[in-house]
Amino acid sequence: MNSSTRKKLINAEHYTPILPAAAMMVLFLLGPIIWSLYASLTDYSMVGSTAVNPHFVGLKNYVALFTDPVFPKSLWLTILLILASALIGQNILGMVLALLSQKAPRRLTKVVDSIVVLAWVIPDIVGCYCAYALFAGGGTLDALGKVVGADWSALLYYHPMTIVIIVNVWRGTAFSMLIYQAALNDISKDVIEAAEIDGANAWQSFFRIKLPIMRHSILTNLMLITLQTLSVFSIIIVLTGGGPGTNSSTLPVLAYLEAFNFSKLGYGTAISVILVVVGALFSVLYIKLLRTNDED
Amino acid sequence: MKTEATLDPRMNAPHRYDWMKLVAAVLTALIGFLFAAPMLWLLVASFNTHATLSSFNLGFSFQNFVKVFNMQTFGLPIVNSLIISIGTSVLVVTFSVLAAYPLSRFRSKTTNRTVNAILFASCLPITAMMVPVYGIFVQLHLIDSLTGTVLFMTACGLPQGIFMMKNFMDSVPVTLEEAAWVDGATRMQALFHVVVPLMVPSLLVIFISEFAGNWGNFFVPFMLLMSPDKEPAAVSIYTFFGQHGTVAYGQLAAFSLLYSIPILIIYEVTNRYIGNQTLLAGAVKE
Repeated sequence: MNSSTRKKLINAEHYTPILPAAAMMVLFLLGPIIWSLYASLTDYSMVGSTAVNPHFVGLKNYVALFTDPVFPKSLWLTILLILASALIGQNILGMVLALLSQKAPRRLTKVVDSIVVLAWVIPDIVGCYCAYALFAGGGTLDALGKVVGADWSALLYYHPMTIVIIVNVWRGTAFSMLIYQAALNDISKDVIEAAEIDGANAWQSFFRIKLPIMRHSILTNLMLITLQTLSVFSIIIVLTGGGPGTNSSTLPVLAYLEAFNFSKLGYGTAISVILVVVGALFSVLYIKLLRTNDED
Repeated sequence: MKTEATLDPRMNAPHRYDWMKLVAAVLTALIGFLFAAPMLWLLVASFNTHATLSSFNLGFSFQNFVKVFNMQTFGLPIVNSLIISIGTSVLVVTFSVLAAYPLSRFRSKTTNRTVNAILFASCLPITAMMVPVYGIFVQLHLIDSLTGTVLFMTACGLPQGIFMMKNFMDSVPVTLEEAAWVDGATRMQALFHVVVPLMVPSLLVIFISEFAGNWGNFFVPFMLLMSPDKEPAAVSIYTFFGQHGTVAYGQLAAFSLLYSIPILIIYEVTNRYIGNQTLLAGAVKE
């Protein structure tokens, strides 16, 4: 045995403790991704003969997907959800709350921060039912509407997407708030004081000093909340079921409905493949971002 | 004196400051109220025997809690939730300690690539993958199996767990292990007798954040488990209450409240002893 192979063997031996974890991740994370690439090329279904013996159909599922008018609609709803609830809603409200917690009375901000975080830590399904009770017919807003003389009995029917967006802001803002609170606390007081002595007002101090210093935190946060929002499912299933029709079916919901309600597993899997590719692109961007952070 | 007073910014500052503070306080309180409003229903409905979806429908009785607090409705789903959450968290922590050790101790290209791959995996949109995961579980005959569900959830928790564990382990000095090696300990002995005892608080943080995430997980067990007697609380709330013609909203709220208690305790404890920021550590993967 020459010295370089021995070195490699010792090196490999060092890494053996990774094996159990690696095996789990290869089997259950990489496995489904590879399987989905294959299954999306078949007519695999939940019931019937194709459930046992699926046929290879080439790119048929993808062609069907791209020619189906539901797909661009669903894609748009997914982008809308990410734009409106994450990049605008959670991001800006999180920043506002982080800034407010530096200005408002200490005791009040402690209580409000806890409430905002509570809306985020309560179990998914419980949060969804709370939101459902607020917006559904016979719910709190419906009752309030009767008092003020407005008909709010079918909000979920007429404004499904708006409500899903509001609920996702409610559920997720705490994350951005915590990240921005940490980032604001990290800014040295000297820098802000120096700016104030030079005559900067609150706006200037925020836009010209704090925002540029926080840019890495902001970018990281935007990336993470985009990925989280790409995975939103329970809110939609509990509140609207993806409807009425497909009016609130984002891509993960559409994949689920196609696979289980319409028994088109191959078609649903094709949607999954596209989602994983989009998620993967974001992950690569995120890692690049973290790496440049390290170099700073 | 007069001119000096108006020119000195410190003289004007308190007045302007108070006004800003008032606006900030009102705005904060308003946002707080809006965030609290949806959760009020949980309290209102759980104590009302004739509860509806409206938070204006008040009542006071413990009847709902009494009704759901039995083995069939509450006990079994909670036991299933415990099996899934504790099983997954123990496996994630154990495998993460093992995997993080070489990644923390050896600097090489292999380490860098592995850490990158793990970071990449931690960003995978699990929800989006559930249709193919279901397909593969059918093929492997793992569908409707608590073990299969725990194994899958472990795999989902590992990227985050290993990454956190590696960061925590990086701050344990190597010199202590070297002393153990001199005394003839193997690497694994050094890991479990020297490094791990020093990392107990970090292990707890990872365990708790994993537990909280798994306790609240609805979608994965919803997809992978079929039999009602295997469903964890998150799923049984949806299937038992959500799909029975006339919904007993009071019982639904009471069940939800009881089911949320472990999370509320964890939240209060971490908030008090480690600070809110710790919660971030476990949240990224969802």
